Amino acid sequence: MKRTAGKTAYIWYCRVKMLKDLVGIKESSKEDIELILSTASSFKDVLKRDIKKVPTLRGKTTVNLFFEPSTRTKTSFELAEKRLSTDVLNFSVPTSSVVKGESLYDTVKTIEAYGVDFIVIRHSSSGAPHFIARNVNASVINAGDGINEHPTQALLDAFTIIEKKGSLQGLTIAIVGDVFHSRVAKSNVYLLSRFDARIRLIGPPTLVPEMKGYNVEVLSDMDEGLKDADVVMMLRIQMERQGRGFFPTTQEYFRYWGLDMKRLKRAKKDALVMHPGPMNRGIEISSEVADSSQSAILDQVTNGIAVRMAVMYLLSREGENG
Amino acid sequence: MDNTILIKNGHIIDASQGLDGVGDILIKDGKIKSVKREGSGVRSQEKEQKLKTQNAKLRIIDATGLYVLPGLVDMHTHLREPGFEGKETISSGTMAAVRGGFTSVCCMPNTDPVNDNETVTEFILRKTYAEGACYVFPIGAISKGQKGEELAEMGMMYEAGCVAFSDDGHPVMNSLLMRRALEYSKVFHVPIISHCEDLNLSDGGVMNEGTVSTFLGLSRMPAAAEEVMVARDIILAELTGGRLHIAHVSTEGSVRLIRQAKERGIRVTAETCPHYFSITEEAVKEYNTNAKVNPPLRTERDVEAIKEGLGDGTLDVIATDHAPHHRDEKLREFDKAPSGISGLETALSLSLRLLHDGVLTMRQLVEKMTLNPARIMGLRRGTLKAGSEADVVIVDAKREWKIDPERFASKGKNTPFHGWALKGMPVMTICKGKLYE
Repeated sequence: MKRTAGKTAYIWYCRVKMLKDLVGIKESSKEDIELILSTASSFKDVLKRDIKKVPTLRGKTTVNLFFEPSTRTKTSFELAEKRLSTDVLNFSVPTSSVVKGESLYDTVKTIEAYGVDFIVIRHSSSGAPHFIARNVNASVINAGDGINEHPTQALLDAFTIIEKKGSLQGLTIAIVGDVFHSRVAKSNVYLLSRFDARIRLIGPPTLVPEMKGYNVEVLSDMDEGLKDADVVMMLRIQMERQGRGFFPTTQEYFRYWGLDMKRLKRAKKDALVMHPGPMNRGIEISSEVADSSQSAILDQVTNGIAVRMAVMYLLSREGENG
Repeated sequence: MDNTILIKNGHIIDASQGLDGVGDILIKDGKIKSVKREGSGVRSQEKEQKLKTQNAKLRIIDATGLYVLPGLVDMHTHLREPGFEGKETISSGTMAAVRGGFTSVCCMPNTDPVNDNETVTEFILRKTYAEGACYVFPIGAISKGQKGEELAEMGMMYEAGCVAFSDDGHPVMNSLLMRRALEYSKVFHVPIISHCEDLNLSDGGVMNEGTVSTFLGLSRMPAAAEEVMVARDIILAELTGGRLHIAHVSTEGSVRLIRQAKERGIRVTAETCPHYFSITEEAVKEYNTNAKVNPPLRTERDVEAIKEGLGDGTLDVIATDHAPHHRDEKLREFDKAPSGISGLETALSLSLRLLHDGVLTMRQLVEKMTLNPARIMGLRRGTLKAGSEADVVIVDAKREWKIDPERFASKGKNTPFHGWALKGMPVMTICKGKLYE
């Protein structure tokens, strides 16, 4: 995955106009993704140093615009930003003019007028980052939009898998749970399908879309779906969906689509267990599995910082070239 | 001010009299005075001279090479007044109508306050009388406040001037209420216009369910949400013998259900809109809020089925569902933007494409935009018979133009057809004794 510096710069230079923003995996090319992943491994080295900070984005300003609650993504972005030495503004929706009814358009235009270089946005509306990216000059990074995408999560998942398994190619990856409402799952499907991984989507038919046009296998039988899997990616059951009729009860859900040690045995012996968090222990994943040696859940968290640093660094370089 | 207008040598098409050929139309005092076909009494030079001397103000319009049609009738328009004057007013909406070749529009009741009582109906008609560029025929609400709970005062609204009833935008979910509406409206011989959407099935969806909705991560509504209600309403129309009209048909399944119902002799009529036979759900890509409309844009297959339905007469009418919105309302997150397309000023040109595609003949097209909606709504419009209102549109089927919403008379600039190059447009509309060029 490593690239020489010269080659990297060349590829980046060629795509000056294409990549001002990271709005989604589907809008990114395979080369973009490879570049981000290889750059992330350099930043991971930085994070192992005593002094975990680099001056890369000194003098730049970043706004974290979170319209939805988030702990880990927001913390991870904020840490990545601080490690890159950019000034950070946290825009907190409950104390902003949004509650006075200010439109998203006016909010981001105002923020842009402050002279901001990066806008990291999480929003409950699918396509909100695309809408912003069309209307501002700053680089927009999607930190999760509606039920559409969560590109940096898929990137850090891929980074973690490569770190553990060497590559993505030919791996059997089972994604289990509420795929329909999961932006993490969507981004993962878009990413993994570019790298010729075998993707299985497992869950109740009410929560698993067909994803036509992507090379995925849709299964409702978890035992069958986990068979010989290299990676088991569990999705959070969004408790707010309960009572909307997608499945009867969480008890019944765990019975058919929860991951416990017994079920995990269907997968390969060294299968990796992943979860984007926050977990519902006992609902989609048992504590035993979550805390087992096969679990890469905490690696995902650590790698998230390196991946987000890589994304911001590369987008800033694009700005210089443009 | 009233004067005489002679439209010469135009290709006249009038389904009400079976006219399809070159001829002259004489308009006097805002009424059609006479229609003369070529050969059957072409006005000679002398006759024209005589007319000139008789009428000091005679205006002669040479329509050689142009179509001369009855003014178009739109049975599905949102004029937004009262209540949403930022989106449209009766003044701006009717001006958009005449610019698009329409001389009569039927306005939906989802205003604020809702047109669910005679006072609002009277307000609309009074405003139209004072400011309207064309005729407006209000559609009253089926239920009070369009809440779907109890019937609104249909009789009182009918007397005040409502020509049909609909809860457009708010589907009547209660089947019993729909049954009652279809039964009760029989007293006045008016249609019940149904916006077919099962709100439980559509579940807050913002676009058609399919590959594009998955791709964009947008909440979706299936074609079944429309079709379930089309089926229900057809069954209720059969039960009650009421007059059912299905609004804005958008799916293959709906066309099939309506076709079957008509074959079985059930009293049902149906309309579609230009966007349902011109574009697909692909237009939503890039989260284009101007392509957000309800029912949503569907697939290529549905578009083909709509065209087929127009061709075989299953779909009686091309209506606009003109739904203007302010620019700021569309300039936002896709799922939060309102649904609707500003359609009055593009409908005819988009429909003319059906001619080029061989879907309809000009005669069929004219019927679907004039006589058929007029008949369904019980209006004495859509005709050039002597003695009727001089509502005329002259169409240049060869004129090429580009859609530029900034030039719309409508306040609603919301169109997914921005920049489209089209062939054919209305070049002159005559309505209420005035000429709009």
